[in-house]
Amino acid sequence: MDASSRIEAAPTKSRTTVERKSDREIVVTRTFNAPARLVFEAWTRSELFKRWWVPKSMDMTLLSCEMDVRVGGGYRLEFGHGGSGSMAFFGKYLEVTPHSRLVWTNEESDDGAVTTVTFDERDGKTRLVLHELYPSKEALDAAGTGAADAMGETFGQLDELLASLDVNVGRSRL
Amino acid sequence: MVQYMRPHLDASFAALSDATRRGVLEQLGRADASISDLAEKFHMTLTGMKKHVGVLERAGLVATQKVGRVRTCRLGLRRLEREAAWIERYRQLWDTRFDELDLVVEELKRKEKVDGRKQQD
Repeated sequence: MDASSRIEAAPTKSRTTVERKSDREIVVTRTFNAPARLVFEAWTRSELFKRWWVPKSMDMTLLSCEMDVRVGGGYRLEFGHGGSGSMAFFGKYLEVTPHSRLVWTNEESDDGAVTTVTFDERDGKTRLVLHELYPSKEALDAAGTGAADAMGETFGQLDELLASLDVNVGRSRL
Repeated sequence: MVQYMRPHLDASFAALSDATRRGVLEQLGRADASISDLAEKFHMTLTGMKKHVGVLERAGLVATQKVGRVRTCRLGLRRLEREAAWIERYRQLWDTRFDELDLVVEELKRKEKVDGRKQQD
C-alpha cells in the first residue's frame, strides 16, 4: 500500500475502543467506512486477512494462514517472531453467519479465548464488535501482555518502565 | 501513555529509592495495614513511619484512610494506572490491525465501484 492511500484513509479513520467487561472478557469496537459484506470478506478470505492481521509495526511475520470458514471448519495461523522460530495459532469456527457474525475458538493452549465478532451495518458503515471470553482472569491478563510483546519495542520500553515502578510490589495485585 | 505517566515518575523514583518504603509497598501488596502495624513491623517510631507513608502517598503509590483513630494504608492508584496501561497496549494492537484493515476494505470498495461501472458499460 503506497503512502498516498494511507493519507486518504486518515480523515475517515475512527477510533478503536477497548473495554474490559469482566475479569474474563474484553470487548474491542471500531467502525469501518464500508458495507458489512466487505468487512466480513476481509475477515474470511485468507489472502485478505493475512494483509492486515499482522501489521508491519509488529515484531512478527505471518508465515502461513489457512482458513476453512464454515461451522466446524478449522483455521491455522503460523507466525515467525523476531527470528526466533515460529508459533502456530489454531482453532475452529463455531458460528458463521455471512456478513453479520463469526465465532471461533482458539485451541493451541488451555488459555485460549472464544472470540465473537459481529458486523452491524448502518448507512453504509459497519460497526464491528469483537468480544473475547477467556477461561480465566490469568489467561486474559497474559493475553494482554502477549499483545505488548507483539507490538515490539515501544511497549517493551513501557513495560520496563512499569516494571521499574513495580519494584517489590507483588504483580499478583495487578 | 508514557507522557501521561511522566509527571508521576520523579515522585515515584524518589519514593522507591528508600529500602523501608519499598518494604512497606511489599507489605501492602500482601495486605492493607495501619500505620502503627507498619511502624511495629519495621521497628520504627510512629512519626518516622508517618513520614515514609506520606512520601509514598504523594507519589500515588499508597492511599490512606482514617477510620476512627486508625489510619489504614493500602496500595494506591498506581495499580489503576497499570490497569490503564494494560488496556492501552491491547487497544494499540487492535488499532494498528484495524488501520491496516481499513486499507484492505477501502481497496475492496474501490474495486467494487470499478467492477460496477464495467458491468454498466
